[in-house]
Amino acid sequence: MKKRASLWGWFWVLLGVVYFLVPLVGTFTFSLEMKRDVLSFASYQAVFADPDFARTFLFSNQMALLTIIGSLALFVPTAYWVHLKVPHLRPVVEFITLMPFVIPAIVLVFGMIKLYKNPVTIGSLTLIQAPTNSVLGTNMLLVAGYIVLAMPYMYRAVDTGLRAMDVRSLTEAAQSLGANWFTIIVRVILPNLRAALLSGALLTFAIVVGELTLANFLDRPAFGPYLWLLGQHRAYEPAALSIISFSLTWAAMGMIFLVSRGRGGQGQVAGAH
Amino acid sequence: MAASTARLPFTSRQLSLVWLGLLPFFLFAFAFLIAPAASLLIGSFRDSQGALTFQNFIDLSTPSIRNAYWLSIRVSAVTAVVGGAFGFLLAYAVTQAGLPAWVRTGLITFCGVASNFAGVPLAFAFIRVLGRAGVISQALKNDAGVDIYQLGFNLYSFAGLSLTYFYFQFPLMVLIMAPALDGLKREWREASANLGATAIQYWRLIALPILMPSILGTMILLFGNAFGAYATAFALTGGSLNLVTIQIGAQMRGDVLHNPGLGYAMALGMVAIMGGALGLYVWLQRISERWLR
Repeated sequence: MKKRASLWGWFWVLLGVVYFLVPLVGTFTFSLEMKRDVLSFASYQAVFADPDFARTFLFSNQMALLTIIGSLALFVPTAYWVHLKVPHLRPVVEFITLMPFVIPAIVLVFGMIKLYKNPVTIGSLTLIQAPTNSVLGTNMLLVAGYIVLAMPYMYRAVDTGLRAMDVRSLTEAAQSLGANWFTIIVRVILPNLRAALLSGALLTFAIVVGELTLANFLDRPAFGPYLWLLGQHRAYEPAALSIISFSLTWAAMGMIFLVSRGRGGQGQVAGAH
Repeated sequence: MAASTARLPFTSRQLSLVWLGLLPFFLFAFAFLIAPAASLLIGSFRDSQGALTFQNFIDLSTPSIRNAYWLSIRVSAVTAVVGGAFGFLLAYAVTQAGLPAWVRTGLITFCGVASNFAGVPLAFAFIRVLGRAGVISQALKNDAGVDIYQLGFNLYSFAGLSLTYFYFQFPLMVLIMAPALDGLKREWREASANLGATAIQYWRLIALPILMPSILGTMILLFGNAFGAYATAFALTGGSLNLVTIQIGAQMRGDVLHNPGLGYAMALGMVAIMGGALGLYVWLQRISERWLR
């Protein structure tokens, strides 16, 4: 009985591994065939030599960094405050952090463009010029959208991290030593959240760097739209870029695995599909 | 005086101060989540002239829009159920079938990667392998004499899109089901064995009923995962497949419906379906928490 079950187990795992690997291996071998009759990394060299690659990749990394900083600045104090001072508001905050699950990226960007292609006004008073008309405004919309997409995972990562420590005692101890709120959050709470925050940040990075939907409709020179455009008129470079993207995702997830070793795999589920 | 107010949690003065701590979060959520959604809601009740109307929601039943919803729902349901079933079997294999521990570690890590490997690179990888000029398509044609495109397979169709979606669907199932399967207590199996139950009886009468809420709940999550997907489908089919997300994208590019309000109503229809799915998920989650963890 036991033996047969194990055989079936191997069968399913093998099937999964084949399905996982075939597209990767196929794409990888193809990416090596740019030069006739020899295997070479010519397609990778072509990718790295393309100034547009460097430009869009840098841009997306900057956006990812801003997203991570923005979501930390927003969610760490919020989750901390909910734990310490306003636990009765927890259902409200959690409900909001789950809303991005219900609003797909394409609907979110649809609503953002509809709302922010016009100046923000109260009555006849113009507060802000139409954000989509300026580069800065559109970049800010992009980062805000990414923070929204990352919100369910990031907030939960912070919340789980806070649950694992005694927030009240740590705060009271710091207060009794004369620390102010800023010092408490930056020097007491943040260091204790390191592992949780690093996982959240890496996951955000994995989501943001190749993201297409928001970047495309907000018309930003990001890596996702560049990759898509390249795929329309090239063959070998997109294959090389797919492999590079996969390696990046792999690196981010591998690091999460190292950081959160032995805490189950549930926190690392996300994606901008 | 100050000391005594500090001990009362709900004096009005303290409440107003305490609220302020969450103000940045609420402002952000309002500006970039709630207000955009509300603006779509308001827009969906306006006709082209800006007058109040319900016509946009009635127009959702026109054939092309109905077909788009139906195709999106079918793709999501098929990839959720089949991907979920396969993911469950994989999770079962690495948790219960007595495979060595490194298989589990390797597979779980890989699932973490694959569930996040989506969008344009994933679509390109599948085009490279199973497209008309793909590595496997060509190899089968030249070496085995089997032209899968002659046999009716098409990557840029329902089947092809589903096959591509599986790549991020079933890893998600594995990631969520593996801990749930760990939650099955050894005592349950031993108790049932003591009472003379076979392994099949144990699974049919005990393990599966306990796991069923989390299996169904996760499948709903997969459904939502596929239903909201845009980038993968767009990169794979270039917008030729009539999914709701693709239609909304086309509408954003150039008002292909010739009625902005109808586009907003389509977007809201998606939100309604996703909301229903999430509600069902939360309900099932409550049930499963009774037994597991």
